[in-house]
Amino acid sequence: MVSKSALNPLALAGQALLYGLFAVIIGYFSTAPKYEHLPPDHALIKLSFSHHGQPVAECRKRTPEELARLAPNMRAPMECVRERSPVRVQVDLDGEPLFAGIAPPSGLSRDGTSTIYRRFEIPAGEHTLAVKMNDSVRIKDFNFSKAEKVTLKPAQILVIDFDAEKGGVVFIQ
Amino acid sequence: MSFFAAFREGGLALQQRVENLFDVFFDAAGNPWRHLGALGFFFVWLTAASGIYLFAVLDTGIEDIHTSIEYYTQEQWYLGGLLRSLHRYSADALIVVMLLHLAREFFYGRYHGFRWFSWITGVPVIWLVYASGIGGYWLVWDQLGQFSAIASAEWFDWLAIFSTPAMRNFITPAAVNDRLFTLLVFLHIGIPLLLLLALWVHIQRISRADVFPSRSLGWGTFAMLTALSLIKPTVSHGRADLSMVPQTVGIDWYYLFAHPLMYATSPAGLWAIAAVATLLLCILPLLPHPRQPPVAVVDPANCNGCRRCFEDCPYFAVVMEPHPDKPGHQLARVVPDLCASCGICAGACPSSTPFRSVERLVTGIDMPRQPVSALREEMECKIAALAASPKIVVFGCECAANARRLESADTAVLNLMCSGLLPPSFVEYALRGGADGVLITGCREGSCAYRFGAQWTEGRMSGTREPHLRPTVPRERLRIAWADRPEAGSLAAALAEFRKNLQDLGADEKRPRAYTPRRIAYHG
Repeated sequence: MVSKSALNPLALAGQALLYGLFAVIIGYFSTAPKYEHLPPDHALIKLSFSHHGQPVAECRKRTPEELARLAPNMRAPMECVRERSPVRVQVDLDGEPLFAGIAPPSGLSRDGTSTIYRRFEIPAGEHTLAVKMNDSVRIKDFNFSKAEKVTLKPAQILVIDFDAEKGGVVFIQ
Repeated sequence: MSFFAAFREGGLALQQRVENLFDVFFDAAGNPWRHLGALGFFFVWLTAASGIYLFAVLDTGIEDIHTSIEYYTQEQWYLGGLLRSLHRYSADALIVVMLLHLAREFFYGRYHGFRWFSWITGVPVIWLVYASGIGGYWLVWDQLGQFSAIASAEWFDWLAIFSTPAMRNFITPAAVNDRLFTLLVFLHIGIPLLLLLALWVHIQRISRADVFPSRSLGWGTFAMLTALSLIKPTVSHGRADLSMVPQTVGIDWYYLFAHPLMYATSPAGLWAIAAVATLLLCILPLLPHPRQPPVAVVDPANCNGCRRCFEDCPYFAVVMEPHPDKPGHQLARVVPDLCASCGICAGACPSSTPFRSVERLVTGIDMPRQPVSALREEMECKIAALAASPKIVVFGCECAANARRLESADTAVLNLMCSGLLPPSFVEYALRGGADGVLITGCREGSCAYRFGAQWTEGRMSGTREPHLRPTVPRERLRIAWADRPEAGSLAAALAEFRKNLQDLGADEKRPRAYTPRRIAYHG
């Protein structure tokens, strides 16, 4: 067996070799092999919104009898249901369906936001993107929609979001 | 043998061969395989120390964070850049030694019985190490940080635990703000603090926990990391841009392997993998295992409260309490849940000396499975039965290389539960009782099943630890040869060499005078 004295050159060489091997393992896997997250010449569409659907029913005016039955401090003239509508979304790309789904309202009382997030890898280039959305069970058809020709460079991200102040469905590039 | 047992046995054999290979070049204190836990702590200290400087010079503004990191990486490479690389590589090395530590303890079967606590408390440590490390990548806010932050957010959003999905924080360039980075910095400091707390809990049932490596191992490792940092400094990817996907990233596979795994499966799939792995680790101690031998027993009449068992117990299983009958004196008490049944306490007890003339030797603290009295009886019988010379007594260890194979006409073997169970006075007793030499073997330092068996025995025999072997005992008649399970060959060689030395010594004037001829003759 090799003498393990601090001055033994063979032991020192062995230690240096083994430390070096450890360093190579640490250093290599710290950055390699490279990971291809998105194929070349592809772009990404992200469908993401966090939106309160409309209440499932209209607010209604309470009758005087109903108001009288309530405690004085609870006599709000209108009664509104808490439950919100689920949000329906449909995304078409170049005339073909890309996604269709329903985002239920969150919360135990189903009165929270409806959220959805999906990512779609698509070939870069020009596409026709059409998005339809419904946020009320009281409306049969889609009450928001947007269709547009978009040109996506490789690795570019297009976000489909909902912004009520900007008129509903928006495309962010 | 079940597949599980075969897998563990195979892993242990491989593990021990690798450790023995390293033993060729490193001494026991410097062999990294025998101090993986201490190395893990060392990397935590290194990461924390380098992180303090990096935090001091980091600007957490969304626009400035990447710039400030680039400045100290490129312009201040000799300090900031070097510390950044040390921070990164010590964190990577922490993952490596943590997983090796986990595998090693599993192969050695150190995850059940009295060790369940250390095993189970190690599971959250793994989660916290990953959480600490992954959060660090986001702070750089380069394309790798962007990739990791988004992948992590997508993973957590599957749980639907946030009112607004975490992913929304990174959905567009406008969504990210300075406050988010302040929060990320807070998390990158807070989670490592939680990690330190978890590590403290992890070692609560281990006395003298190995949290600092030896000087040679510490400096060697530090030099290795420094050299790596200078040769391959850590650099950032390009600045994060949330309008573009980082198509190809050079990811740190030690921490970020989970992201490609998630994209190859799904967020739900990754949660399932993580949950199953965590569950498996947690239920391992609950699987059927061999019963632990009975724990140590204190005999108050023979305990003088000397505290040696308390000092030597590797698992805090012995506590000292006020003596109920002798004011001002203490009495040892064994905590059964913590006791490993190793017998190191019995070896430390001064009343375990075989020279006591009582017929039935009762010690202050003893092991029901292998009482000191029975050990004396067995030794006397075996010495009396030796038919050839030189007569050698071998004290073996059940966990180490099989010493039973060495038994022959001139060699008596006594297998102990742990080499630390051997009271040093047994060596002198054997020599005075007719043995020409005594060989002690057991697991090497660092692989002792009960942590300190080899270390305490070395100390007791060399006189640096109480109870010690009396200096009048000729050391040339005592040999210590540590040998792990796969080293039966080297143990046999050590015995052959010792036998030859004893033959050369012959009848020595310095040899201890026969002290107890009556008892040995009685057994003969």
